[in-house]
This record gives sequence, C-alpha cells and structure tokens, in this order.
Amino acid sequence: MHWSLIIYAGIITFATRFSMIFLLKKDILNDKAKKILSFVPAAIFPAIIFPPIFLDDVGSVDLESNPKILAAIFAIIIGYFTKNIIATIFAGLISYWFLIFVYYQ
Amino acid sequence: MNSRLKILAKGIIDVSPLMIPVVPFGIIYGVIGMDLGIGPYMTLGLSIIIFGGASQIVLLQLFSGGASSLIILSSVGAVNARHVLYGAVLSEHLSDLKLSWKIILSYVMTDQAFAVSNDYLKKNNKDNNQHYHLLGSGFTCWTIWQISTILGIALGSIVPEELGLSFTISLTFLALLISDFRKFKNIIVMLVSGLVATIGYNTIPFKAYIIVSALLALSMAALLTLIDLEKK
Repeated sequence: MHWSLIIYAGIITFATRFSMIFLLKKDILNDKAKKILSFVPAAIFPAIIFPPIFLDDVGSVDLESNPKILAAIFAIIIGYFTKNIIATIFAGLISYWFLIFVYYQ
Repeated sequence: MNSRLKILAKGIIDVSPLMIPVVPFGIIYGVIGMDLGIGPYMTLGLSIIIFGGASQIVLLQLFSGGASSLIILSSVGAVNARHVLYGAVLSEHLSDLKLSWKIILSYVMTDQAFAVSNDYLKKNNKDNNQHYHLLGSGFTCWTIWQISTILGIALGSIVPEELGLSFTISLTFLALLISDFRKFKNIIVMLVSGLVATIGYNTIPFKAYIIVSALLALSMAALLTLIDLEKK
C-alpha cells in the first residue's frame, strides 16, 4: 500500500465532514429543512444497526436461533422505559451473554 | 474560561459510555492491519489520517482483495458520506466560528460525537462556547481510537471473540435512538433505514448501503413532514 492512497482516503473523509460545516451559512436552511434534518440520526443509525443483527456471516437473513434479535428487543424495552443510554447498552449486552452462554448451551 | 472547561468536560462525560465498544473495535482494526502485513506505522497512520473506523476496515478489506485504488477510494467516500448529513445538521450551530475551529471540529466529528453534541447544541443554542462540547466529545473518540489501535498493533487480539463485543456497536447506536422510540414518525423513518440497509447490504455496490438507506429514510421523513404541514 502507498501512503498516497491513505492520504487521498483521508482527504475524502475530511471533505465529507468539513463540506457542509464550511459551506452552509447561518439561517440558510428554512424551518422545513431543519425539521427534516432533525431526522438524520433516525435515518442513519438503523442502517448501521440492522445488518449486523439480522444478517449472518454469509450475509443471509437469520431470524431463527438469532440471540442478537432477542437481546436488541430487550435493550429497546429497557431503553424505552429508562431513557438511559448506559442502561440500554448493558441490558442488551447482558441479555445477549445470557442467551449465548446459558440459554443456547 | 471556567464555563468553557465545564462544557468541554460535559462533552467528554456525555460521550464516554459510547466508548465501550470503540475499544474492542479499535483493537480488532489494529489486528487486521497487522495481519494484512501493512505494518504498525501504516496501521496507525490510517487511524490518524482517516479517523473513521468502518471506512478503515473497508479500505483494508478491499486492498487485501486486490481492488483498484479507484474502487477503494469510492468505497471510503460512500461509507463516510453520512458525515455530510451530520455536517448539515451541525452547521447551524458552528457557522459563526473561525475557519480554524471549523477545520478542527470537522476532523474529530464521528458518529458518537455527533450524536451527543447534537443533542447538547440543540438544548444550549444561546451559549457562545457551546462548540467546546463537540471538541470534548470528538477528542475523546479520537484519543480512545488511537490508543485502542495501538493496543491491537502491540498486543494482538486480546479480547476473546466469543464475547461477541462487536454486537455492542449495534447496541450503542440503538441506545442513541431511545428518544426516538416514542415518536411514530421516527419509528417509520428508522424502519425504512434499517430494512433498506439489510436488503441492500449485499446488493448495493461500494458499501454505499448506509448513505443510500439514509437518503431513502430522509425522503420518507420529508414526506411525513410535508403531510403534517398540509394538515395544519
């Protein structure tokens, strides 16, 4: 690998982060645009969450014998009621460990 | 000065719980870099120059598979394209800053830093030093990422794979959405994003499934917003 490839990749990545912060001036976005942009986390994070939970190693959907789905549902329930980020992460992780080390053994 | 330090510390504290999965992820990345034989300097160099975990792993995978530079760079761009949307969301709060601030804050803007600092900036719109929150959250991510990369390079795979810690990446992003679970429109947008990504994971080229899913989900959000405005 050449360092030049790494530097180009770094420039591209920086450009994705810097472009809008640099280009958009204050109050250029109207209320409608701001309202739609408020959905950005809801529009991006599930695309990061879903594939590793639902797809197996070869990339096909695995709905049976999939402890990640159950653990994720449990984390959502805990998150819904506690509204606490740390509680949600640990609820998911501990229930996942219970499923793979105790239940599925 | 005092209030700047306080806001900086708040940023560090807010992002800290989200760093739990970043450590094993960084170690895994360091191990992959060494396994592929690019050496310690390039493995760490990627973490410093690119500073984007998923895109670094994609770059290494494609490189080891013999992909051309054009394909590698397109894929890095596609994986990181979501940052354009983060920048658009945050620009409202950062537009009055000096160029040097914009450059530094852009460099450290990760998913996790965006998530916690966006919440903070929305709630503390009037404060002149509010951007210190993003500085704190961003540099916490940066520091943890570099340290865990070095751990992976130096120690190899010290975290047993059986623990399934990669699942905590999904869990942290899920935890960041807890305030959205109560809003019907947000649930629809989340389902569109997640389903398109699951279907598109293997079919959309250049690992562009995240930005494709995000844009379709945002179109749904736009549609729902416009329907809402019509009713009023």
